[in-house]
Amino acid sequence: MKPLLRRLLWLLVGAAALAAISYTLTFFGLRPVKLIETGLLAMTPLALAAVGECLNERAGVINIGIEGIFLLTAVIGVYWAEVMGAGIYGILMGGVFGAVLGGFLGVLSTYGKADQIIAGMGLNVLALGLVQYLLMAIWAFPGIHIFPRELVLLRITFPTPLGNLRLSPVTIAAIVITFLGQLLLYKTLLGLRIRAAGEKPEAVDVAGINVNHLRVMTSALGGFLAGLGGAFMPLAWFGGLVKEISAGRGFIALAAVVFSGLDPMLALAASFIFGFAEGLAFSIVVTPGVKEVIPFHFVQMTPYLVTIIILAVFLTGKRFPKALGRPYIRE
Amino acid sequence: MRRKAAAFLKPVAESAVAVLLGLLGGALLMAMYGYDAFAAYRALFMGSFADLSGFLETLAFATPLILTALTFAVGVRAGLFNIGAEGQMYLGAIGAVIVGGAMSLPPGIHLAAATLFGMLLGAAWSLPVSALKVERKVHEVVSTIMLNWMAYWLVMYLITYHFAQPGRAERAIPAQPTARYMVIGASLTTVIIVAIAFTLLTYFIIWRTTAGYELRIVGYNPDAAKYAGISSTKATFLSFLIGGLAAGLAGASQVLGRPPSWTVYATMGNLVNMGFEGIGVSLIGRNHPIGIIFAAIFYGGLLHGGRFMEFEVGVASELVRAINGIIIIALAIPEILSMLRRVFRRRRGEE
Repeated sequence: MKPLLRRLLWLLVGAAALAAISYTLTFFGLRPVKLIETGLLAMTPLALAAVGECLNERAGVINIGIEGIFLLTAVIGVYWAEVMGAGIYGILMGGVFGAVLGGFLGVLSTYGKADQIIAGMGLNVLALGLVQYLLMAIWAFPGIHIFPRELVLLRITFPTPLGNLRLSPVTIAAIVITFLGQLLLYKTLLGLRIRAAGEKPEAVDVAGINVNHLRVMTSALGGFLAGLGGAFMPLAWFGGLVKEISAGRGFIALAAVVFSGLDPMLALAASFIFGFAEGLAFSIVVTPGVKEVIPFHFVQMTPYLVTIIILAVFLTGKRFPKALGRPYIRE
Repeated sequence: MRRKAAAFLKPVAESAVAVLLGLLGGALLMAMYGYDAFAAYRALFMGSFADLSGFLETLAFATPLILTALTFAVGVRAGLFNIGAEGQMYLGAIGAVIVGGAMSLPPGIHLAAATLFGMLLGAAWSLPVSALKVERKVHEVVSTIMLNWMAYWLVMYLITYHFAQPGRAERAIPAQPTARYMVIGASLTTVIIVAIAFTLLTYFIIWRTTAGYELRIVGYNPDAAKYAGISSTKATFLSFLIGGLAAGLAGASQVLGRPPSWTVYATMGNLVNMGFEGIGVSLIGRNHPIGIIFAAIFYGGLLHGGRFMEFEVGVASELVRAINGIIIIALAIPEILSMLRRVFRRRRGEE
């Protein structure tokens, strides 16, 4: 429990630093509420994917194909939203398609005994090409697709002392899902089995539970959450689709997972920090007085730089499941 | 003797099966959207392999892929998953623009200096990855991708603000005539000789020197390496260093050795994704320098032929990248051959 406490303390320090940054930025005409809004939007896909990844890594399967799932479900989500005429169907379809992709990787990793890192990277490379192909095949326009505004998911307004905070319902869902994930992992029998499948799959097998079934299931669940995140980006955040829409966020989510030591709550916290860094970058880009001095290219680098720095500073003493990344072969 | 032949044939057969699966997957994707897959593939392979100028162009496409694949392969040999070729390649390209385009030097020296500077910048961009890996145990998958994106924005910035060609904002300053490799034919230049020489040199280092031997031991069995007193730190740095030099050369080759532009476009469209494509090329070539050369020629053919496919049948040429992804996934499954054999045997048994 002690390292957990220490981590939480560090997070508090981080939160205080972020508050100080937001306060300073008010002098440049930035509104803290807007900043938090953007930060929470940027957090959502990271948190969804990271919590999902925590679950499937606990069961012993690494999925580094989150980036690919983000890209593909963003396209499929927009397509389905256009077919059904409402954004929410698109986001759900993103989840379903993400589950298919995650489950597919799960099957390869278990029954196929595949090298999980290579298979996941294959999915990323596949997505890089397929997204551009699909944009041409479906909408006959290269690299970008703008869909009707009505499809963008509406946000819910919360009045706060600093002004109205507009949150996407998906963001709230992501936070709820994180709590549910934490409960599932630590307070249920299924969670115990998931954790055991990653630590000592033989024990799970001896108890009469199929390790491979369990792993495919968690992989599909992880893919489902990543898929929600992927479809969230165009349908609840950007309002448009470009071929590089995920811009490395799949890997930032992985960084959040590594940071958290496979703990959903900490993964959410890390996602918020990374999201806030991105929100900050976005806000700075458009601030008069700042944007003329600092080229936006450097601002665009900040989320990646923040991710590396945070990993380098905090990544100590993390313990990962023993059977992580290895297929279970019965002796 | 027979065993040696089998050890050579099995990986070749596995790569062939994976490539076929990739092409099959591509055909399915085309059929789904009503394209004529047969006509598309015919246009692709006729365009890239059927005549000399097409084949020379294929080789021009293969040149940077040999090098980015080498980056990945040297990583794998040391037990690392180095996917940073993309960003290191961007740095190599801008390095070549800085020395080859923006500076004037005597002929001969100019070309060598521009090439070397590109390679050094590529290697410099790989240093933080190995330092973070060794000092802070940050996994290279995450750090390389973050550095790739930072390299993207850094090079974008440099092209836009400092090295844009005056009057032509759509591209950076082209390499000066004194800093260009000789054109062989089509857009193939003598830089391919440099690429192959670098590949052979890497082969020599990895398979014929002590440092290379230690690198392979660390990759093959880290515990044994530790027991034998071999430093994994050294192996990690060496692997990323060679990888960075290779990726830097890949980027430089697109500036100093690729007509008609001899430079980087402001969108970086002539560079983007070449690093990631190297992963597939390396895996098809079984992460072996010699295998990589052949795999790169095959994949270079897909890239070049993809343009014919787009022109004649209307299929977006990016489909080729999706095919690459399917090939990688297929190659991730170690027992794909025996699995297929089992499936066929079962089917025959039913008849």
